[in-house]
Parts: sequence; C-alpha cells; structure tokens
Amino acid sequence: MPAVSKGDGMRGLAVFISDIRNCKSKEAEIKRINKELANIRSKFKGDKALDGYSKKKYVCKLLFIFLLGHDIDFGHMEAVNLLSSNKYTEKQIGYLFISVLVNSNSELIRLINNAIKNDLSSRNPTFMCLALHCIANVGSREMAEAFASEIPRILVAGDTMDSVKQSAALCLLRLYKTSPDLVLMGEWTSRVVHLLNDQHMGVVTAAISLITCLSQKNPDEFKTCVSLAVSRLSRIVSSASTDLQDYTYYFVPAPWLSCKLLRLLQCYPPPEDGAVKGRLVECLETILNKAQEPPKSKKVQHSNAKNAILFEAISLIIHYDSEPNLLVRACNQLGQFLQHRETNLRYLALESMCTLASSEFSHEAVKTHIETVINALKTERDVSVRQRAADLLYAMCDRSNAKQIVAEMLSYLETADYSIREEMVLKVAILAEKYAVDYSWYVDTILNLIRIAGDYVSEEVWYRVIQIVINRDDVQGYAAKTVFEVLELVVGRWFGSVLLGRPLVQFNLLHSKFHLCSVPTRALLLSAYIKFINLFPETKATIQEVLRCDSQIRNSDVELQQRAVEYLKLSSIASTDVLATVLEEMPPFPERESSILAKLKKKKGPGAVSVTELDDSKREAGELNGGADRGPDTASTPSPSADLLGIRSAAPVGAAQTNAGSLLVDVFSDSGPAAPSAAVNDDGFLRFVCKNNGVLFENQLLQIGIKSEYRQNLGRMYLFYGNKTSVQFASFSTTVSCPGELQLNVQSKPVEPLVEGGAQIQQVLNIECITDFCDAPLLNIKFRYGGALQNLTLKLPVTINKFFQPTEMSSSDFFQRWKQLSQPQQEAQKIFKANHSMDTEVLKAKLLGLGTALLDNIDPNPENYVCAGVIQTKGQQIGCLLRLEPNAQAQMYRLTLRCSKDTVSKRLCELLAQQF
Amino acid sequence: MRFLLLFSRQGKLRLQKWFTPLTDREKKKVIRDMMMLVLARPPRSCNFLQWRDLKIVYKRYASLYFCAGLEDKDNELLALEVLHRYVELLDKYFGNVCELDIIFNFEKAYFILDEFLMGGEILETSKLAVGVSMEEADTLQETMEEYMSKPAY
Repeated sequence: MPAVSKGDGMRGLAVFISDIRNCKSKEAEIKRINKELANIRSKFKGDKALDGYSKKKYVCKLLFIFLLGHDIDFGHMEAVNLLSSNKYTEKQIGYLFISVLVNSNSELIRLINNAIKNDLSSRNPTFMCLALHCIANVGSREMAEAFASEIPRILVAGDTMDSVKQSAALCLLRLYKTSPDLVLMGEWTSRVVHLLNDQHMGVVTAAISLITCLSQKNPDEFKTCVSLAVSRLSRIVSSASTDLQDYTYYFVPAPWLSCKLLRLLQCYPPPEDGAVKGRLVECLETILNKAQEPPKSKKVQHSNAKNAILFEAISLIIHYDSEPNLLVRACNQLGQFLQHRETNLRYLALESMCTLASSEFSHEAVKTHIETVINALKTERDVSVRQRAADLLYAMCDRSNAKQIVAEMLSYLETADYSIREEMVLKVAILAEKYAVDYSWYVDTILNLIRIAGDYVSEEVWYRVIQIVINRDDVQGYAAKTVFEVLELVVGRWFGSVLLGRPLVQFNLLHSKFHLCSVPTRALLLSAYIKFINLFPETKATIQEVLRCDSQIRNSDVELQQRAVEYLKLSSIASTDVLATVLEEMPPFPERESSILAKLKKKKGPGAVSVTELDDSKREAGELNGGADRGPDTASTPSPSADLLGIRSAAPVGAAQTNAGSLLVDVFSDSGPAAPSAAVNDDGFLRFVCKNNGVLFENQLLQIGIKSEYRQNLGRMYLFYGNKTSVQFASFSTTVSCPGELQLNVQSKPVEPLVEGGAQIQQVLNIECITDFCDAPLLNIKFRYGGALQNLTLKLPVTINKFFQPTEMSSSDFFQRWKQLSQPQQEAQKIFKANHSMDTEVLKAKLLGLGTALLDNIDPNPENYVCAGVIQTKGQQIGCLLRLEPNAQAQMYRLTLRCSKDTVSKRLCELLAQQF
Repeated sequence: MRFLLLFSRQGKLRLQKWFTPLTDREKKKVIRDMMMLVLARPPRSCNFLQWRDLKIVYKRYASLYFCAGLEDKDNELLALEVLHRYVELLDKYFGNVCELDIIFNFEKAYFILDEFLMGGEILETSKLAVGVSMEEADTLQETMEEYMSKPAY
C-alpha cells in the first residue's frame, strides 16, 4: 500500500491502482478491471444507498479505468449526483467525470445543467470556478445554449471575485470558439475591453485571450483595445524584474501577459495615433535591446521566457511590415540565433526567418544568411531543424541564388530523411521551374531529382515536366537526348520527335530495357514504338514483330494488352496519312497553375501555401513559359482558365487540377491557346482586352481573379475574390455599376459577407450588351479588414470586342466590304510604336484573343494581318474589319479599323493601340 | 493549445487533456502518433516539431514526457514554460513530485492543471495564486484519521 496519497486520498482507489500496476500481463489487468467493474456495478445497483464517499470512490475508479483506455458505459448518474454534494471533493470528482466522459443523454444534460446553474449562482467562488471549468471542458453547443448569456454577466460584475473572473473569461472564450453565434458581447464589449486595465494581472492574462479572439472576428468593435494594450505593454516592458512580484517568472516580468499583448496587437494594423505608435515602437526597441543585455539568470527558464517575448515582438514587427529599421534589427537578431548553441533557438530563428523572407524590406537581409542556413541543412543533427532550414531556403530563394539553393537541396536529398523527402522533391521541382533561366538547367535538375529520389517523385511532378517540355520546342531536343542517355525514363510523348538517324539501332537500344520497366513506363514505351513506325517506316516490321509477340499482345495487364493490340492493328491497317494524323504532335498545353504547387499545398494543408506565394510562382511560371525570353516559335500562353482553377481546390470552374488524370484529359477540351499576356501593365483593365482570364487586381490584402466567357451579345464573368491575409474580411460587399449611358446590362448576386482568411469566394456576373459602348462597368468592393474599411473601385474588363463573332471570308469579299466602309468617319487609324514583342505568333495570338477571325492570304503583303468580325449587340450587328501593318525595322505599327458604326471604329482603335 | 499529454518512457499514458472536441478515435490516433514521434527522438534534440498543422512542444522530466500540441499562432518557447510551470506546481503540491504521485493521484494532477489552464489558454501564471486555491481545496477535505478508517473496498 503506497503512501503516496495526499489530501482526501481514497484508500480503495489506491489499492485498486496498486493491483493494476502489479498485474504481470494484459490479460491479468483486464481480469482485474472486469472484477472491479462488476463490483462497482453491483454497488451502484444495490439496495443500500451509497454514501457520498463511496460514490466518489467508485466514480473515481471508473474514471481511472476509462483513462487506461477501456470503455465505460455507466456511472454517469452517480457522477451527476455528486455534483449536488456539499462536499468540495465529491463535487470536484463529479465534475471531473462529467468533463472527461461527456454523455449526450439529454436527461442527464438537463440534470448537469441544473447542477451547474446552482453552483454558478451559489456565490461560492470555488464552486463557481468548478462549474465554469466544467462548461469549458465540455464546451458543447448545449452548454453554450444554456450558459452563453449568463457568463458575460459574471465576467463584468463588480462583485465577482478575481479568480472567478479569470475562469469566466476563458470559459466564454471556449464557448465562443464552438458557438460564436450564441456568444453576443454587445453591451459588454467596452467593459470587457477595459479588463485590460484591471489591477489583477491574472485577470488581465485571462481576459486578453478572450479579447484577442473576439478582436479577430470583430476588429472594429474592439479596436479601443490597441491603445490599452500598448500602454499595458509599455508598463510591463519598462518595469524592473521585481515589480510584478509573483508575475515575474525567472526575472522576466509577466512573460505570458507580454506575449499575449503582442499577439493581440497582431490582430490590428499599426496604430494610427502617432503617440501610441511611438510608444509601441519604443517598447519593441526596448525588447530588442534587452536581448543584447547579459542574462539575469543562467536558468533556461529565464532565457526561454525572455526569448518568447522577443520572438513575439519580431512577429509583430513582421506583421506590421512597415518599419524597415525594426525589420532589419529583427533579422539581425534572428541571424544571431541561427548560430546559437541552443537548438530550440536555432529552430525558431529558422522558422521566424521564413516569414521575414517574404517582406520586401528584409528579403535581402535574410539572404545574407544563406551560408549559415545551408550549413544547418547539412550539419544539424535534428531532422526537425533540418526541415526548417529547407523551408527557409525555399522561402529565401530568388533568381539570384536559385542555382545554389537548388543544388544544395538536391545534394541534401541524397541523404534526406524519408519523412521529408516527398516535400523536398516538390520544393525542388517548384524552384527549378520558377527560377529556370535556361531550359537545360531545368531539365538537368528535374532529371537529377528523379534519379536521386525517383520513388518520391509524385505523378504531379512528372506531368508538370511534360507540360513544360511540350510547350517549349527548343527544350524538347535537349530533354529527349538527356532522357535517352539516362534511359531510365522514357516518356513517349515527345520522344518520337527527336530520334534522328539510325532509328533501328535506337529502337533496339530502347527495347532492350523494356522488360526492366514498370507497367506505366512500358505503356509509354509502346506509344513511343508506334511513333517510331510513323516517323521511320523502316522500323515497322521489327516493331510489329515485337507487338505481335505473346508477352505484349497477351499481356496480363489490360492496359498493355490493349495498347499492343490497338497499335498493331493501327500500324497494319491505317494508311500513312491516317497514322500521321493520329500520331500528330501534341498541341501545347495551355498554361495553368503548376500542379505540383497544388500538391504541395494539399500536402501542407489549407493555408500552408499562401495565395501570395501561389500567385508569385504563377507570375514567375508565366515568365518561364512565355515571358520576355520567349522564343519565336512559342504559342504558349500564360493564364487562361488556368490561373484561377488551382488557387483554391474549391474553385468550381473547369477540371480539378489536383487530379492528375484530368490534367491530360482536359488538354483536349480546352479551347487551346488564347492570347499571351502583354508584359506587366499597371492597368489591369487593358491587360484583358485580348484575354478573358487572369488576375485583375492584387494588393497585399486581396486578389481578384476573373474568368469570363462570351456568346453572341451575352457574357458571363466569374470573379474570384481571394483573401490573402489570415484574418477574416467582414462586411464584404461588391457592387457593379455602369457609369453614364453605358449600354450594358450587368446582373449579379450578392456575395457572402464574410471571407475567411486565406479563403476565396466566387461571384458570377451576367452581362448583356444592349448597344455598342465605350466606358467600362465599375466594380466597387468594400470590406472591413483589421478595423479599417477598405474601399476600392476597379474597371471591369468588359470591352466591346468581347462581343465579337469571328467572320471568315475570302479575299475578294474582304476588299469589297472594305471599300463599302469608305466613309471617313467609319475609319479609324493610328500609327504607334511597338510596346511589346513584334513576334508573329504573339501577334496572332493577340488578334485571335481579340475575338475576330484572323484571315490568311488576303493582304498582298504577307507581313500584314487582316481580321474580320461582327460585334453582336442586342439591337444590331456591327461589322468590323481590321488591318495591322507592322514595320519591324522601325518598331512601329499602323492600325486601321473600318466598322459599320463610327464609334466602334474609334473605340476599337483606342483599345487596340495599347495592346501591341 | 489543443492538447496536453503526459506519458512515460515506456509509452504509458499518464494524463490526457483535450482542449478541442475530438472523437475517441482521433484522440487515440493523436496519442499513438505523439508517442511514436516523441519517444523516437534522440536525446538533446530540439523540443519542437511539426505534426500535421500543429506545432508539437515536448519536454522530458525524469521518466515522464510532457507533450503539448499548439496552434499555429502559439508561442513555442512560452509553451515550454507552461509545461515547466505545471511541473513546478505539481512539485509544490506533492513535494518532489514523481511519476508515482501522478499515477496514484491522477485526479489531483487534473485538478492542478485545471487551476492553471482552461480551454488551452493560460488561466493563472502566478504560482502563489494556484497554490493557494489548491490548499483551499485541501482544507475542505477529510483528515488523515478519516482516511485511514475508510474501508479498502
């Protein structure tokens, strides 16, 4: 019988626990437990009424059994009886049992709620606290319904004991988290905020958790807390370590409260009031200064508490992202920690620097630590620290250091822990794509990646590579050659196009490894074989022989068998023409959000990859696939449909990007290349004249993407509002207005008033063109972010050309109509300097994006472009002819438009003159 | 804080406190994962690790591991000191607390935790204040004589 019981030790319980501990086997333990359960059951069912002590003891035994991991399906009623006991310990055990073994039996809940109600009104602080604890521990909706209105009263009442106030504050917080709709602060708001001024530090500490949570949801109502928090913080920061008595923790004054104050301030933008802001900056500087002072104690508790405040202050500095001076100091401080002997500090410094790397003020400062971080990746003993180092390298990577970082990550992959390999692979793949300056480097990197960590390379990475390689003719040769050398990987799609010379030799070489390949690879190989037949008829006999052999045509794998049969048949029946058509090269993939980015996001869970990051990479990817260094042969297209699809998996349009299968399928359903975007243009509106999808607007808070489609005189526009912050937007509303005499009918449904942090919502606009128009409809967006009302107005990119129907016509027709539209006001002409690439394919894509038909062989000068289309409005059709004459030497264009309506000629001319 | 677990080197769970509603199945999974992760870590590793979307903070005191699951915004270093403060409180109450104290007085361990944390937030950081309320509670209890005279079953 151990003597380790204290207070009201229950002897029987101690004996029972002892017995269980002495059990030599699991079976013996279960036997002992069953014996005890039978005993308790009989006691509870017995005729003799049990006294409070026995009840408490048995309930406690049941609790112990439950905590050992066994199911308990009785005893609830006895526990509820204990709640109404006058003895504190009996009540306490009763509440503990109820808290741990919640039961949804409604009769029981009624009894429990009654007991709680009695205790709350008992005016006995210990009983009140027990009741509040029980509510918080259970935290169910039923509890919230019963008590949510009562607790704020207790919290702010003048005669409530401090300890009860503390419990009430946190209890309310808990209820608010489960049922925010039931906790209405209303009239209590200002009194709750003023708890920040309470004399009792414990009350402030508890209340601030509640206030922080409420502020996140209703920043406006609680914004007075900012100045109160700053002055409270200032008093703590400047106090001597002994001033706060028991709230000083290892010589650090009130570390918990300090951190919570700093956390609360992170719910708001920097204070507008100069004096408050000055005081706060002073506090932050003091905290940074203190980090340099010699420690007041050698205990780790001292340094932990002190550094906890420091890290929280740095988080606030990063959140404000507006004080370059503080940001750089924060970065230097973290730099010191990167080399600290405490592993914990190195870990946190790496973590915190990740967020710092995304600030424009400190990105460069973060980059100076690259060697230290690389060293951490190589030498840290602890895998979780190495993982943080890899995260930071990923975050600090940009064009200037990409090669170095990718190389380091690749070499780390060779020995990386299995647990983080897949994520590392995704990151390398993303960085390689994002910062590829030349394609051979990209292909080398990806192939290296596959060589080093083949098993961890997910399908998404594969598909992405194929997408990029197919979109770039110039890289195909290199890719295939490299792949061929490696010969571990064969991707049939672009393979066929590059095997020149001695095809039979190459085929034999390829086929010699066939039996070593996995089923999917074999399937791709078979596709490559049929392409051989198409390109090199001399290999036909050999390959047919291969296809005909039993191991192919009777292969147990259905897919392989089917391919073998079909290809064999195809090669023997189809004429060369048919074969050539069937096996024509794949059209370029429309540019889309990187499927690997989506995968990383999915892997990390929601919110892990911010909207900003996605967008950033998209922009970069756009550069890679069709930006400044675009070759003359590219028809690849940043954006259409793609942009929005993947940002949130919930985006309802188009195929799901995460589904690897659909990636290949929807290539065919997509409408093909549209216009490539012009180089970056501040004016979102003008970027959409020749394209329908993309990011219309973006700032630090909000990203607005659009996707639109038009038929005849009708259009539909999907607007995607993405909240880039982690804070909810409240009172979110949008209105579309048509200024002046704009002849558009735009209808929309109101949007959800709340946009959660990181979430995206969609709005659909239905547009009808009544007659031709010049102005654009205006989109006004209002919402509340962190207390401030945000209001912005954008021009919606609905331009007259969206209602074009392309018209094909012969040369003679064209000139006949051209002559018919010969009145001077029907023609609009402009001569202007080229602002963008004069590349043929780029121009063609833009003109197609305009919505007209691009007519070949019409203009005697083949350099010129000629287009025709009809604008559909509700009332009339307006015929339009266009001629664009580039002068490559002078880098100039002459643009001429002739339309059946003079206003349209003028408007189109204005719009188009800024597109080329 | 989402949860707090105490388990021994041998993988015996000594205390579990959940601050957000989870099903029993999910709880078991968390407990299993935590033990697997934490017990496998070599000594002198850092006290933090990432598990799903939670930050895990753990510390070993003698034979017991204290392990907390934090939300993204929580401060790891401070959580480490929450664990330490809890150990201090246990120590103050039991006097040189050991694993056995927590096994035989598991209900007390829960009560002390309740005085200190509520809904995963810190309720009272003063050791004095928590100590006082525990003492108060004890004075409401039986004397040792009463205890010894109680039947064993």
